[in-house]
Amino acid sequence: MKKIMGKQTVRFANPPTVLAAASIVGPKEGEGPLSEYFDQIAPDITFGTDSWEKAESQLVSDTIQLAVQKAKLRMDDIGFILAGDLLNQSSGSNYGIRACERPFFGLYGACSAIGEGMALGAMLLDGGFAQYVLANASSHYCGAEKTFRFPLELGTQRTPTASWTVTGDGAVVLAAQGNGPFVTAVTAGSIVDMGVTDASNMGAAMAPAAAAVITAHLRDRNLNADYFDAIVTGDLGQVGADLLMALLREEKIDIAKQYDDCGLLIYDREKQDVHAGGSGCGCAAVTFASYLLPQLQTKKINRLLFIPTGALHNVASIQQGETIPAIAHAIAIENRVPASDPPSSTKGAQS
Amino acid sequence: MTKSDYTNLVKQYSPGSKIAQNCLRAFVVGGAICVVGQLIMNVLLAGGMVRDDASLLTACALIIIAIVLTAMGTYSKIGKFAGAGSAVPITGFANAITAPAIEYKKEGLVMGVGAKLFIVAGPVLVYGAMASVVVGIFYYLFGGGR
Repeated sequence: MKKIMGKQTVRFANPPTVLAAASIVGPKEGEGPLSEYFDQIAPDITFGTDSWEKAESQLVSDTIQLAVQKAKLRMDDIGFILAGDLLNQSSGSNYGIRACERPFFGLYGACSAIGEGMALGAMLLDGGFAQYVLANASSHYCGAEKTFRFPLELGTQRTPTASWTVTGDGAVVLAAQGNGPFVTAVTAGSIVDMGVTDASNMGAAMAPAAAAVITAHLRDRNLNADYFDAIVTGDLGQVGADLLMALLREEKIDIAKQYDDCGLLIYDREKQDVHAGGSGCGCAAVTFASYLLPQLQTKKINRLLFIPTGALHNVASIQQGETIPAIAHAIAIENRVPASDPPSSTKGAQS
Repeated sequence: MTKSDYTNLVKQYSPGSKIAQNCLRAFVVGGAICVVGQLIMNVLLAGGMVRDDASLLTACALIIIAIVLTAMGTYSKIGKFAGAGSAVPITGFANAITAPAIEYKKEGLVMGVGAKLFIVAGPVLVYGAMASVVVGIFYYLFGGGR
């Protein structure tokens, strides 16, 4: 079976199962609309530590342990850990995972990290290189503010397009064998930069990347958007979500019926004063782990296209006047493996 | 879609700041901070202090109040409400020094607090000092400074 479909999509000969997932969030997320779905809500944003960096590592450590436990495995069963976060040199993951003594690949895809981890993890499993892979992504509001913006206690105003970094970690255990839900196909996104320079409007920077990867996924698999029960982006927020709809309309793709965004699901935007919505690596990761995956497991939805999105700038690049490169990866997770080869699979072979 | 088409689309979908509301809040809070300063000054003057000493002590009092409010986590809330109203007065400067001191304390007194203290307020000091030199030269040459 050919695993490459069209220009940039892979499908799996033996689609890995999403075995279990765990989510731990901070107090603010615990007050949001998804409150009842999270595994744990920390009462204290310091997670019992004395710095934001240590807090995030503690969060990572706790969540991956919990995910392995929920999968009824031991840490030694995990073939590879793939993880990313927003701190410099991905230190949240590095320190959170150092005690695990398991093979580790650190990722940086900004807020798309959980998608990057699940995509690569599924490929590792389908390639036969492991029985179990753990994909993890975390972010911490205070750590992200310190890394990307201003000291926390500085009295500044945020713009209406700004988003609020989720404090949370989502860990997903993928298994080579299982009864689903299955990761059936993955479209890895390329970097898209449409010239947005405002780091307080990351939804606008990322929307074109999401539109491109959704279009590519549907094209490569020769599917209509209606094929999916849910199409959920990572952290576009209200501005990015509106722009995504506008961009897809240009491509004659209508996803309005089944579309949602983790950044809009995780907070009550008005009551919680988060402006455009939630963002950060943890946003897509905890929303998938706590809310979207159980929807698949309980068959409320059967076909999910999950599209974590990331803005790949850093502080120096913005100060140097660079525009914001963005990325998005599309992960198709389905309760049943599609039986027949979609006709478009031959397109890649010809080109 | 070209980048310029997209830039226009982004403008269309991105809500702008509430300028009138922000201006009003900045005016009220900024004014209130000045009223507090004036009250302190009047009390000091009434107590018999000379004007120069009273204004110096008033500035010190406002700075200390801002530092305490920053440490309590209150100044960032005032700043969120008031914007420039609490950023422009001397209290805003105190906040801009104190906030990094709190944030970078964990990296130690030298490379943390010492190196990062002026991460926000630094540009104001650098260009403020430079401007004062330029003004000083003009004053010396043309203002009868001799």
